[in-house]
Amino acid sequence: MKTLTDAWDWLADASHWSGDDGIWHRLAQHLVLTVVCLVISCLIALPVALVLGHLGKGGALAVNISNVGRAVPTFAVLVLLLLTPLGKFGEGPTVVALVLFAVPPLLTNAYVGMRGVDRDIVQAARGMGMTGQQMLFQVEVPLALPMIMNGVRIAAVQLVATATIAALAGGGGLGRIITAGFNLASTPQVVAGAVLVAVFALLVEGAFELEDC
Amino acid sequence: MPPWSGPLTQSPGSAPPDDCLARNDWICGEYLSTRRHILLDAVVQHLQLTALAVLIALVLAVPLAVVARRWTLASGPVLALTTILYTIPSLAMFSLLLPAYGLSASLVVAGLVLYSLTLLVRNILAGLRAVPEDTRQAARGMGYGPVRLLLTVELPLALPAAMAGLRIAMVSAVSLVTVGAIVGYGGLGNLIYAGMNTFFKAQVLTASVLCVVIAVAADLLLLGVQRILTPWTRASHA
Repeated sequence: MKTLTDAWDWLADASHWSGDDGIWHRLAQHLVLTVVCLVISCLIALPVALVLGHLGKGGALAVNISNVGRAVPTFAVLVLLLLTPLGKFGEGPTVVALVLFAVPPLLTNAYVGMRGVDRDIVQAARGMGMTGQQMLFQVEVPLALPMIMNGVRIAAVQLVATATIAALAGGGGLGRIITAGFNLASTPQVVAGAVLVAVFALLVEGAFELEDC
Repeated sequence: MPPWSGPLTQSPGSAPPDDCLARNDWICGEYLSTRRHILLDAVVQHLQLTALAVLIALVLAVPLAVVARRWTLASGPVLALTTILYTIPSLAMFSLLLPAYGLSASLVVAGLVLYSLTLLVRNILAGLRAVPEDTRQAARGMGYGPVRLLLTVELPLALPAAMAGLRIAMVSAVSLVTVGAIVGYGGLGNLIYAGMNTFFKAQVLTASVLCVVIAVAADLLLLGVQRILTPWTRASHA
């Protein structure tokens, strides 16, 4: 209990919220990293998944890429990228690692959603004389939208988690409050940082849940 | 001191040898031969942490899933709780457990148990729910009591789904152990963390590749176990 009150005191201290190492700045970094990488990942993954799903090709790749992504530790990829020449570009390794881990769930879910569209409906659309493009955007994508959005939700939660681990490899974001706490051997700061990260992740998850209602 | 001073192995005063350690290459046979014991210790710690966590999670998950299946009222809160646990990022999870466990291996195991538990409960519950009502009725008609029904009909039929969950939980745990490096118990993650601080490329790459090898090996092992335990699914595919 004492730790919780200490963590609360740490959070209540106004000096911990301002400045470059302050909570507001770290929160903004985390938010920007998550949103920017989510947009980049969607721009890469969704066109590929929609076209593959429309054509019905590359299914094995689209489905298995998620299993591969799970087996590769995010921390390892972050450190490997940090040691490449890319490491000289500030948040470069973090952005690349985040995108790498957000693409698989987007690709898999969008592909499965596209293939899950009732074949009879697609046949009917073709019978009505729709072109491939019309079928894709007016029939298949709207029907696959729940699965596509499910992929976006999983990717967003994954991005928040990976951005946190990025702090271990020198990236910015709320994780830095935790790693700084470990370096200072300050349990209250570690717990306070963890609470901030957990609340942030749950808010992201909650935002997608609300959208479903 | 150059930033790659970590990898150097020669004694002070002697001329630096021109091997892959001194050049700080990504791929280095010298590293494998000179640091064999460090690598082996890290792999053993990695396997111990993973196996212990998944085993504890499995022991807890089966009764939880059975309870959630039997009492519909319990299934809502159980599923909500697992969703919340799974959403919390790993680094935050380990940090939240710090006051309870301190800087210990138990902290890493506890964090991994919570993640694995989530995956296992969801999958076992899905497997139990997928048992056809007709099958249950038939077993009851043959005079099966609730315990016998559960042990000899429902759980075996839920096995393929449970094993799928176990494989995902195992592969995820192998990968998540690395984050335990923050408290010094990360198996191969410790080597990655140390290698990052000394820019030791061979160590980071070797440890990373070993992580993936362990994950793939564990997955194949469980796939083999699944095929032995569920011969009927094999027959239907053939």
